[in-house]
Amino acid sequence: MLIDLFNHWIVITLMMCGLYMVIAHGNLIKKLVGLAVFQTSVFIFYISMAKVDGGTAPILADGIVHYSNPLPHVLILTAIVVGIATTALGLSLVVRIKEAYGSIEEEEIQQQDIQHQKNNAHTKVKLEEEA
Amino acid sequence: MIAHLPILQVILPLMAAPLCLMLKRPQLVWVFALIASGLAFVVSVLLLQQVMTTGVISYELGGWQAPWGIEYRIDKLNAFLLLIISGISTIVLVAAQTSIEKEIPKDKHVYFYVLYLLSLTGMLGIVATGDAFNVFVFLEVSSLSAYALIAMGQKRQALWASYQYLIMGTIGATFILIGIGLMYQMTGTLNMYDLSQRLPEVAQTRTVFAAFAFVVVGVCLKLAMFPLHLWLPNAYTYAPSIVTAFFAATATKVAVYLLIRFTFSVFGVSFSFTTIPLETLFMALGLVGIFVASTSAIFQSNVKRLFAFSSIAQIGYMIVGFSLTTVTGLTATLLHLFNHALMKGAIFLALAAVIYRVGSVELTNLRGLGRQMPLTMAAIVIGGLSLIGVPLTVGFVSKWYLLIALIEEGLWPVAVLILLGSMLAVVYVWRIVEVAYFKEPLDKNVIVKEAPLSFLIPIWALVIANIYFGIDTRLSVQVAEAAAQSLFGGAL
Amino acid sequence: MVVAFAIIRMKDLFAVVMLLGIYGLLSASFFVAMDAVDVAFTEAAVGAGISTLLMLVVIAITGRKEKANRHKPLPALLIVLITGGLLVYGTLDMPHFGAADAPIHNHVAPRYIDDSMAEVGVPNIVTSVLASYRAFDTFGEVVVIFTAGIGVLTLLSVARRKEDDEEATAINDSMHEQHLVIRIVAKILIPFILLFALYVQFHGDFGPGGGFQAGVIFAAAIILYTMLFGLNTARKVINQTFIQLIAAIGVLLYGSVGIVSLMNGGNFFDYNVLASDPIAGQHLGILLIEWGVGCTVASIMIVIFFNFAGRRELYQHNQVPQNQEPS
Repeated sequence: MLIDLFNHWIVITLMMCGLYMVIAHGNLIKKLVGLAVFQTSVFIFYISMAKVDGGTAPILADGIVHYSNPLPHVLILTAIVVGIATTALGLSLVVRIKEAYGSIEEEEIQQQDIQHQKNNAHTKVKLEEEA
Repeated sequence: MIAHLPILQVILPLMAAPLCLMLKRPQLVWVFALIASGLAFVVSVLLLQQVMTTGVISYELGGWQAPWGIEYRIDKLNAFLLLIISGISTIVLVAAQTSIEKEIPKDKHVYFYVLYLLSLTGMLGIVATGDAFNVFVFLEVSSLSAYALIAMGQKRQALWASYQYLIMGTIGATFILIGIGLMYQMTGTLNMYDLSQRLPEVAQTRTVFAAFAFVVVGVCLKLAMFPLHLWLPNAYTYAPSIVTAFFAATATKVAVYLLIRFTFSVFGVSFSFTTIPLETLFMALGLVGIFVASTSAIFQSNVKRLFAFSSIAQIGYMIVGFSLTTVTGLTATLLHLFNHALMKGAIFLALAAVIYRVGSVELTNLRGLGRQMPLTMAAIVIGGLSLIGVPLTVGFVSKWYLLIALIEEGLWPVAVLILLGSMLAVVYVWRIVEVAYFKEPLDKNVIVKEAPLSFLIPIWALVIANIYFGIDTRLSVQVAEAAAQSLFGGAL
Repeated sequence: MVVAFAIIRMKDLFAVVMLLGIYGLLSASFFVAMDAVDVAFTEAAVGAGISTLLMLVVIAITGRKEKANRHKPLPALLIVLITGGLLVYGTLDMPHFGAADAPIHNHVAPRYIDDSMAEVGVPNIVTSVLASYRAFDTFGEVVVIFTAGIGVLTLLSVARRKEDDEEATAINDSMHEQHLVIRIVAKILIPFILLFALYVQFHGDFGPGGGFQAGVIFAAAIILYTMLFGLNTARKVINQTFIQLIAAIGVLLYGSVGIVSLMNGGNFFDYNVLASDPIAGQHLGILLIEWGVGCTVASIMIVIFFNFAGRRELYQHNQVPQNQEPS
C-alpha cells in the first residue's frame, strides 16, 4: 500500500529541497532558483494526481474511453505562468539590488542597512545636541 | 446591468489598467484611474444594498453552472469588504497625483497608476470570487503589483523590502496552492460552496487536516500575523507613501477576509474550531502579537515604521476577536477591519503629506510641525486617538465590541490584557504628540507650509468618517453583525 | 531528485541555473509521462527556456559566484522537516496514485470529459476547460503576466540617449562578424519558428498548444534574433512603445470578448451568445481569447527580455545608472 504513495513522497522531497534552498541560502539568485524548484514540484504534485491508470492525454479521439483528468492540467498551466511572472519580477529586483548595494548576498545587504541606520542615529543625536 | 454588478466590480479597474497604458499623459491617466476606482466604489455600494435586501448573489462566469465554471458569490461579508477596499482606494487616489510627483520619477507615473489599478483589481477579485483556485490567481495579481509598487520607493531599502516580501509572499501563495490541491484531491471540486458541502464527509482524514494547515499558514504569511510579520515593517516604511496608505488600509484586510472565509465558510466552524484547537493558538498569538508589536512601535524613530508596527498590533486585535468564534467576537473583528482601514488610511495619508512638505518622517523632523501644519498633524492625532480607542472615535466602537465579546465568554484576564495593550498605544501616540506640539522646530528659519488641498480633502474625509462612524454606529455595526451572523448560519 | 540535491550543493551560479533548466526539462518529460502534454509543452518552454535564459542574463550582470556562508541552516532544516512531515502525514489518507476511483475523477471532471465536445466543440479538453469553463482563471493569468511585465518595466527601464545607440551598434557589428554562419542559419530558421508559433496558436483546439505556448515560441524567435543581431538592431525592428501597446491590446481583446457577451445578454465570457449557433459562438470566443493570450504573452516576454538585456548592455559600457541616491 505504501508503494502507491511513493510517488507523492518523492514530490514532497523535491518540494522540501526547494523550500530549504529558499530559507537557508543567502544568495538572492539561489533563493529564486529554490523558489522555482519549490513551485515546479508543486506542479508535479498536481499533475500526478490527475493521472488515471490506463488513461491517455485528454484530447478526445475515437476509441479511447479513459482520459486523464484535464482540470489539474488547466490549473497548472495557469500556475506555471504565474511562476515565471514571479521569477521575472524577482530577478529584476535582484538586478536593482545589485546596483544599489553592490552585492547579492543577504548578509552583506543587511549589514549595510544596519550600518546605515547607525550612521543615521549618530547624525540625529548630533542634530538634537545642536538644537 | 444590475444583474452583472458582481463582475463589473472587478472588471472595471481591470480593463482600466491597460487603457491607462495607452493614454500616456500622467495627468489624464490619474483622472481616468480615479474615475475607474470611483465607479468601482459605486458598484460596491449598489452591491451591498442589493445583498442586504435580497441575500446572497451568485454570478456564473461564462454561463457555466457553479462547480464546473467559476462562480462569483457575493454575500454580506464580501460585499462589506468590497466597499471598504474600493472606497479607500478612491480616497487615496485623490491625493496620489500630488504625492507621487515628489516621490517617483516622472517617466514612471503611468506605470504607477497601472500597477495601482491592477493591485486594486487583484484585491477585489480575491474578495468577490467563490472559487478557491481563482483566489490564488488574483492573489498573485495583487501581490505582483504590490512588489513592484513597493520597489518604487525612493530609498534603496525599498528594493530589499520588496524582495523579502516577494520571497515570503510567494512561499505563502505556494502554501495556499498546496492546500487547495489537497482539498481538491479529497473532494474533486474547487468551488468554495461545493467544497463546504463535500468537506464534512472527509473531514476526519489526515489529508484534509494537512490541507487546512497549509491554507491557514499560507494566509497568515500574507496577513503578517505574528510571528510571520517580519516582511511588513520594511515594506510599509520604504514604499512610496501613497502605496503605504493604500496597503495599510486594505491589503491585510483582504488576508483577514481569506482567513475568515476559509475557516468559517469552507472548512466550517465545527471543523476549524473543534477538531483543531485553533482558537487557543490564535488567541495566544494574537495577544503576544499585540504586545510585541506595540512595544516595538514605541522604540521606533521613523513614524511610518512606528505605525507599521502598530498595524501588526491591530491585526492582533482582529485575531483575538476571530479566535472567540462567537457572533459578537466576529462582529468586533469585522468592525475593526472597517475602522482600522479608516484610521490607518487617514494617518498614512497625513504622513504622505508630511513627506511632501518636509521630505522625511523621522521623529526629529516632526518637531514643531503641530503649529506649521496644524490640519495635517491634527489628523494624525485624531487617528492616533482612534487607534487607542478613545470614545467618540471608531476605535472605541470596535474595542468596545471586542471587550463585550470577551466578557460574554467570561475571559476577564484577556479583556484586561487588551486594555493594557491599548495603554501601549497611548505611549507611542504620545511620543508623536510631544514632538509635534511641545518641541521647537530644529531649524526655525525653515518655514513649512500646510499641506495642499489635494491632501487635506482626502485626509479630512477619512478623519470625519472616523468620528462619524464613532458616533453613528448604525451602518457599520448593522452590516458587520449581519455578516457575522450569516457566517455562523453555516451557509456561504 | 539528484538534480535538486546538486542544485543545493553547487556554489557556481552558472551551473545552478543550467541544472535548473535541466530540472525544468526533466519535469516536462515527466508531465508527458503523466499524459499532461499541454503542461509539458509549457513547462519545456518556460521552465527550461525562458526562465533559464533570464537567470543567465541576470548572472551576467551580478557575477556567478556564491559566497560560502550559509546562515541559519538549522532553523531552515527544522521548518522544512516540519512542513515535509505534515505533507507526508497528509498523504497517508490520499487516494492512491493512478486510482480511477479517486474523488477528483468522479465529481467535476467527468462533465468536462463527457460533455465538452457537445458543449464547446473542441477536441482538446484542456483547451475547452481553459478557454471556456474556466476562462476567467485564464484571464487572471494573462493579467498576472501583464502585471509582471509592467513591474519589470518600472524596475528596469532606462531612458536612452542617441549617441550611446550608435556607439553600441558599432561594437555589436564588429562583435558579430565572427558569427556569420550562425547568423545565416538563424535567418533561415526564424521565419520557420514564427510559422510554428502561428501553427501552435491555431492548432490549440485540436492538439496540445494554444495562445500561451504560441506566445512564448514567438517571443523566443525574437529573442534569438536579438541575441544574434544585437539589441539595438532588434529595437529598431520592434519599437518598445509599440510592444507595450500590443500587450495592452491583448488584455483588452480578452476582456472585450467578455464585455461583448455581456452586451449580447449573456454572462461575462458566455461565448454561446457571440454567434447565432452556440458552438460557433464558443469557437469564435476561444479563437479570440487565444489571440488575446498570444499577443500579451509574446509582447510581455519580449519586453521583459529587452529590459534585462538593456540593463546588461549598460553594464558593458560601465554606465550604471546612478538614479539610486546613496541613501
